[in-house]
Amino acid sequence: MQIKCTINNRIFVEDIQVDMLLIDFLRHLGFLSVKRGCDTANCGLCTVWIDNKTVLSCSILAVSVNEKHVTTLEGIQDEAIEFGKFIASEGAEQCGYCSPGFIMNVLAMKRELVNPTEDSIKHYLSGNLCRCTGYMGQLRAIKKFLNATRGGCLSESS
Amino acid sequence: MFTLKDYIVPESIEEASQLLNQNRNNVILGGLLWLKMGNKNYNKGIDLSKLGLNTIIENESSIEIGCMVTLRQIEISKVLNTYFNSLLVKSVKNIVGVQFRNCATVGGSVYSRFGFSDLLTALLALDTHVHLFHGGVIPLEEFINMTYKKDILIKIIINKDTRKASYQSHRKSATDLPVLAVAISRYNSHWKISIGARPNKAMIALKSSELLSHRPDQIESACNQAVSEMKFGTNIRGSAEYRRELAKVLIRRGVEEICR
Repeated sequence: MQIKCTINNRIFVEDIQVDMLLIDFLRHLGFLSVKRGCDTANCGLCTVWIDNKTVLSCSILAVSVNEKHVTTLEGIQDEAIEFGKFIASEGAEQCGYCSPGFIMNVLAMKRELVNPTEDSIKHYLSGNLCRCTGYMGQLRAIKKFLNATRGGCLSESS
Repeated sequence: MFTLKDYIVPESIEEASQLLNQNRNNVILGGLLWLKMGNKNYNKGIDLSKLGLNTIIENESSIEIGCMVTLRQIEISKVLNTYFNSLLVKSVKNIVGVQFRNCATVGGSVYSRFGFSDLLTALLALDTHVHLFHGGVIPLEEFINMTYKKDILIKIIINKDTRKASYQSHRKSATDLPVLAVAISRYNSHWKISIGARPNKAMIALKSSELLSHRPDQIESACNQAVSEMKFGTNIRGSAEYRRELAKVLIRRGVEEICR
């Protein structure tokens, strides 16, 4: 089936199998930041945005993004690099395999939540698993990032 | 991994129903989260996303939740954060993560009648009906126990009463499926105790609910009655014995929260 969609502000017209998952479609087109972790919709590694909503690309049919806008980490590199520096400076980056999905969801959170408390940050990110670095360093990086950029985060709850 | 031969986005509910009944291997696509965990070979996948069924509508006496509404929409809905002490919001909050809840649909959760469903457990404690394309409007309680007929669940209709409610669940980790889920409500002096993930699908503890409605001070008796009147089972997340003990604790917490 032929679909037309926008990925990171570039239009793609592709002929694909109807049961192809979005994650495979994106990787096939070279968007290799999109990673397969658990394959059971539980780890958040395959996170991308569809029309600016954060979703799991392992559980979405590629044909269903017809006429829609998909954003992957490659499409928001400047912002990702900016946040990535905070992660690195907190020592919160070991293997890095979960980072693309994690960063996509942090940046989605930044757009959706205004002045989030520590609890609401944890709640928003609880579907993003990390198996080696640990969550404390990530949380420090997020708070510093939010405080340093537009949005901020409530300090009394941290 | 499942396979699909064809994918269709119908323009009307009639067309969707016709497509669904054309072939026994045609299937309505919800959020795909559970469907893709299986290995079935489907013929046509029917996507209802162009039918305008993705809204939560507040009427004078009811709240209607379309089948394509996502669990995340429930979570951030103003009206559902206002009614029933945010029962439905609390029931979906622990389901995996925001990305998952942006995909999973109400129709997928309710039509499939999953044993582990938090949402189904919570909806059962309210005055809830389901609107099926062929089956019409029927009480959720009746729908839960019906055989799986091929039909399209169009929307959920909840009576907007002044019910107080509480949601309690026990999970091994924050984002896991519940080991046990309990939803309790009180409308005037009438109590409703719904227990899900036993691990079988949610049901109302009728005798226990009745007991509490007559003697609201008899919480312990109501807890004991609830665990004796329904079946609890063992699976990877817990034994039947463990679930019985959990049920008593969660029912008590729920009743006390409502009485507070």
